[in-house]
Amino acid sequence: MPAASSQAPALSGTWCRLHPFSPVARIGISLGVVLVIGLPTFAGQQTPSGQTVDLVVVCIAAVLVVAAAVVSWLVTRWRVVGDELQIDTGLVYRQSLRFPLRRVQAVDIVAPLTARILGLAEVRIVSAGTGHHQHGHLAYLSNQDAALVRAQLLALAHGLARETPEPPALPLFHVDNGRLITASLLRGPWLGLLLLLAIAAALAAVNPGGPAGSAHRDSAEAVASLVSAAVTGVLALGLDVARTVNGDFDFTVGEAPDGLRLHRGLLQKRHETVPYGRIQAVRLLQPLLWRPFGWARVELDVARQPEARRQGEARQLSHLLAPVATLDQARWLIGRLAPGVPATLTRSGAPPRRAILRAPLAYHYLSMWHDGRWLVTQTGRVRPALVIVPLEKAQSIRLESGPLLRALRLANLRVDTAGRRWVAEALCRDEDEANVLVERLGGLARQARRLSW
Amino acid sequence: MEYRRPSPRMWLARQTVLGLSSLILLAVLGVAGALLAGGGGAVIGIAVVLAFAITSWFVERGRYRSWGYLERDEDLVVRRGLLFHRLTVVPFGRMQFVDVTAGPVDRLFDLATVQLHTAAAATDARIPGLRSADAAGLRDRLAQLGEARASGL
Repeated sequence: MPAASSQAPALSGTWCRLHPFSPVARIGISLGVVLVIGLPTFAGQQTPSGQTVDLVVVCIAAVLVVAAAVVSWLVTRWRVVGDELQIDTGLVYRQSLRFPLRRVQAVDIVAPLTARILGLAEVRIVSAGTGHHQHGHLAYLSNQDAALVRAQLLALAHGLARETPEPPALPLFHVDNGRLITASLLRGPWLGLLLLLAIAAALAAVNPGGPAGSAHRDSAEAVASLVSAAVTGVLALGLDVARTVNGDFDFTVGEAPDGLRLHRGLLQKRHETVPYGRIQAVRLLQPLLWRPFGWARVELDVARQPEARRQGEARQLSHLLAPVATLDQARWLIGRLAPGVPATLTRSGAPPRRAILRAPLAYHYLSMWHDGRWLVTQTGRVRPALVIVPLEKAQSIRLESGPLLRALRLANLRVDTAGRRWVAEALCRDEDEANVLVERLGGLARQARRLSW
Repeated sequence: MEYRRPSPRMWLARQTVLGLSSLILLAVLGVAGALLAGGGGAVIGIAVVLAFAITSWFVERGRYRSWGYLERDEDLVVRRGLLFHRLTVVPFGRMQFVDVTAGPVDRLFDLATVQLHTAAAATDARIPGLRSADAAGLRDRLAQLGEARASGL
């Protein structure tokens, strides 16, 4: 296979450029931006002189974008030496990036639409630590090269021989696309919009068209503004739904010895790895509108979240284990990840009855469970959320009680992890029980840490 | 085991700050009251400031008394809060770094605050009002223990 062999020298220590088509794939996006901004500008212009100026500006911008992409491709080289990935890039500011492969956390393959058309894909290396250039990007390689490079980098990252093939992933779960679309349409904000429209309809009904009195005009204006607000809301929600469906289309979870494999995307395909050790928390969420259908969402919290947020790609990062699943499927998935953990908490883990005075709505959901490795807590007012935290990941344990809680001899117990999304919260526990729990969980977490090392 | 408490100097520092700010407030409100409503106004102004100062004094005392920390074999326990009790347990192995800060008032009284940071943003383990030497000692001990028991994320 000539295409595969074209990158083989880089893997054995010779400097190589990226795929020659990568500028084209990169331009695809930027040129789109230039055209989207540029075209309406001179389409809107009436005077011929203004038109030429804008046309020139757009052309210059386009040429600059093309030149930047080509230069960026020309000056970027990469290779693998020993167990280090080296990327040299930058024309004005030279950058030499070195990624010790043993510290690599994950190797993802991302293929945006333009790259997919050209048969290219980006290999993204996520390493531990919090530097500015924590992530290595190889954009772009041909599809075969990307797969090859990923397999070899993963093998090296696990300290195996370079030629070790990527461990086979056992397909675990596939999300039905029809259900994904239905589920992403079922959102709380729709209810607000319906309310808005109902108010508009009611106003229109109260004041039907008649002689143009001032009251009538006012209500017509109100109806118009309500309707326009509703239309804006529908558009925004529609965009959000489209983005969700686009991002999570054909969602597939696979299980490999070293971590989870996620495949998803409609226009932009993503293949991601989530090593088991990086999972800080798992959450099972049942949104209100999904409950009649018995659907739930399973989410992940990983430690790389904050860094990614700074880079503005938090939305695109894998933080879902299942965008939508039936409760049985969700429980089964959690069982695969955290063996022995009950995905339904019984009332035996509920706080004492007097807690109903402090949390009348949430009381029926509050519950907790733990064993030597996992802590499971459930909270929620209108939608139950189950948070599962591996005790070995516990960063600190907090006990809090306000005046009302203390009067009821209750306390809130929280376990923090390095994930930034959720905290395991066992709310409204009996005071004595909470004091014992702090000690016991602390001890169990210590043991779990020792075992995992 | 007994909780260790912040230095009594912290209470002295708090009282000094409270006393000085009350005096300033007393002068301002007394003069303002006298100008607006004569002698009666001045009395009301002074009474308000005194009531405020006395309440604050009790609250501050409660807060000062609620602080406590405990160095155990494997973890550090910090408790605080008068109305809202908070207890935080941080295993030494989870400490990312320890920092010692001292504001202008703290420096005047030779005090410092030791703060522990873990990888979790929610962790709030802060010990204020330690003598500078104690704070430095605690920082070094914590850093050492943290290194000895460090574990990955």
